[in-house]
Amino acid sequence: MVDVAFQPNNVSATQPMRKRSSLQKALKRKSTAAFLMTLPLIILIALLVLYPAFYSIHLATLNKSMQRFVGLGNFEFLFKRDTFWLVVKQSCIFAVSAVVFKALIGFIVAHFVHNIPAKGQRKWRGMLLVPWVIPPAMSTLAWLWLFDPSYSAFNYTLSFFGIGPIPWTGDADWARFSVILVNVWYGAPFFMIMYLASLKSVPDQLYEAAAIDGANWWQRIWYITLPMMRNIIAITTLFSLIVTFANFDIVRILTAGGPLDHTHIFATWAFRIGIEGSDIPLGASVSLFMVPILAVAAIFILRDVNKRGNEA
Amino acid sequence: MSRKSLSRRQFVAATALSSAALITAPYIRGAQAAGKLTIGFWDHWVPGANKASTDLVNEWAEKAKVEVTIDYIPSQGNKNLLTIAAEAQAKSGHDIFAMPTWWAHANSEQLEDVADIMGPIIAENGEVNGTAKYLGTLGNKWLGVPACVGSQIKGPCSRIDLMKKHAGIDVQAMYPAGSEPKADNWNLDTFLKAAEACHKGGVPFGIGLGETTDNVDTAGAIFLSYGAQLVDAKGNLTVKTDAVRQALEFYKKLISFLPPDVAAWDDASNNKWLVSGRGAMIMNPPSAWAVAKRDAPQVAEQCWTHGFPAGPKGRFAPYLPYFWSIWNFSKNKEAAKNLLIALSKPAAIEKMVTASGGYDLPAYEKLTTLKVWQEEGPPKGTLYHYPNPYKHQILSIAASPAPPKIAQQIYAQATLTKMCLRYHQGEAMEKTLAWAEGECEGFMRS
Repeated sequence: MVDVAFQPNNVSATQPMRKRSSLQKALKRKSTAAFLMTLPLIILIALLVLYPAFYSIHLATLNKSMQRFVGLGNFEFLFKRDTFWLVVKQSCIFAVSAVVFKALIGFIVAHFVHNIPAKGQRKWRGMLLVPWVIPPAMSTLAWLWLFDPSYSAFNYTLSFFGIGPIPWTGDADWARFSVILVNVWYGAPFFMIMYLASLKSVPDQLYEAAAIDGANWWQRIWYITLPMMRNIIAITTLFSLIVTFANFDIVRILTAGGPLDHTHIFATWAFRIGIEGSDIPLGASVSLFMVPILAVAAIFILRDVNKRGNEA
Repeated sequence: MSRKSLSRRQFVAATALSSAALITAPYIRGAQAAGKLTIGFWDHWVPGANKASTDLVNEWAEKAKVEVTIDYIPSQGNKNLLTIAAEAQAKSGHDIFAMPTWWAHANSEQLEDVADIMGPIIAENGEVNGTAKYLGTLGNKWLGVPACVGSQIKGPCSRIDLMKKHAGIDVQAMYPAGSEPKADNWNLDTFLKAAEACHKGGVPFGIGLGETTDNVDTAGAIFLSYGAQLVDAKGNLTVKTDAVRQALEFYKKLISFLPPDVAAWDDASNNKWLVSGRGAMIMNPPSAWAVAKRDAPQVAEQCWTHGFPAGPKGRFAPYLPYFWSIWNFSKNKEAAKNLLIALSKPAAIEKMVTASGGYDLPAYEKLTTLKVWQEEGPPKGTLYHYPNPYKHQILSIAASPAPPKIAQQIYAQATLTKMCLRYHQGEAMEKTLAWAEGECEGFMRS
């Protein structure tokens, strides 16, 4: 965006005058004002995100006692550990399956809400957002009580139907299912609200034209809705993938990585190693491992979004 | 505006007068005359227990003219561990910090040696138990003063009625209040038979196999009772030994008599198990009993805390001490040491132990028979044997005697309970041992 006209001939004034006027001009520029207004946030991000990020890179290059530079030695060590590859596998299962289900449920629920008459839609939107607005540390505690190994409310209810007890957090497969379920419950409303906003921006004329052409329900979704929502689906998926890969609270509270490490993901295992095991460099290495993977995914998805944006 | 000039004679006279006044004026000692001290204490779960520490510190601060700030930092959510890691990184923070179990060793390079004050403290309070030495010393260096606050033994807390009814064991007769234990027959075989009987009676023992400390501590004591060490004191791998195999065989049998969900138990699960009245025994300090006193008095009245069963290599009980350590970046190390001496006086220790209702344990041999343990109840004397007054148990910590920095990894990764679960779930013994050996090799990196 260019917000001031370029004036190549305006260089004849004296030096101090030119300095003052250029400062005044700079201050008057919209981009300068915008920069100054975002400066506090930029400083905040630099302090709370960039500095810790670079510091953790520094930590990841040190030995266990943090007295010696070992380069990529910590990563070499991790690559030889079976538990590390178990954590990589689980993080991928956790993130990919949670994001797929969140997207699917969000998409379906967004359609339902979109079809509710405008008058009653607001309260449905509000209610459906509740899981997303409750701090996950709190809502997961409620889930923990529902899944409690000895006093599970779910098992109590299922017992009336002669089912169970199900080891929600005591068996590897059930524990994986439980942490993914809670993540989907927490994250699906975000997808729903994003998809709903996107659905509302699809022009009705397209559907009317499709109806005239005799398109059925599936064809309308496949040829109109999905292409029109492509960008928002891509960005939401990327955002959710990053957040889900970096999840900590749900797994930590529900299973703490157990049983037998079968629900550990990068963040919980990094905490176990770094803080509980006092091996901070190795913990930092674990938490940094996903950065290149997510960065590559982000580049591809955002490049695609840009391309489609330019085509539009 | 007129300006009066100052002559040389007037200047000299004024300087002399003010110097004389400064020198001869009485010295008034301010509240901060001996500087400032900041302390990060463990936030006690017993209501009112923090007040005893605060009062003792304030009393000392008043006399020493030191301005003291105390932060009580909870262990819930590992907030204390996060604070330790942050302060170690920043090389700034509190002067004194309450380090749990392994954290004195984990930060040994950054802690002040307190051997000079430990000598007189030991002379007054008696010898320190072996686990406090293992966790608190590095060579001749003391990494902290053993703190009574938060230190605990996680021994059996049994239901008197249920153990009598289902296992035929009178725990009060075995561990009578006020006298020596008569527990020669209380060994891992009788323990296993009792576990089976209580399981049949519908009140199984509540011993977890999750990855949190209560679970690991019990496994640690039982492994040591068989002489089973994954890594020995010299740092050699000793996973593939008969002792480890025996311990695994024992656990395989025990797990079949435990509740089916023990793999998912955390540190709260065993407490809930006891308070709900569903089990005949748990392994815990008296916190579960104290909660039962409040929430289920009929259960509390039947609880008796006593010693661990003995194994072929001895009777081991899990002991988890705290240490009051001084960071080497502290700006007031002398005042910090003086405070720790004051907090280690027998009267101060008794005050803190009493305020905790007998939960806190001093590490010193002369301080295991305080009045509070004789009087706490109901039933009266339930805590008498909690502090191991007759030294009939060897106080230990899981993964010892491996070098502490390796042992901490074994402990934090819950390698022992994972081995037991793997083997119980049908994995071949040698495969379980090979897995554990691989894990321990990884923990040895420096």
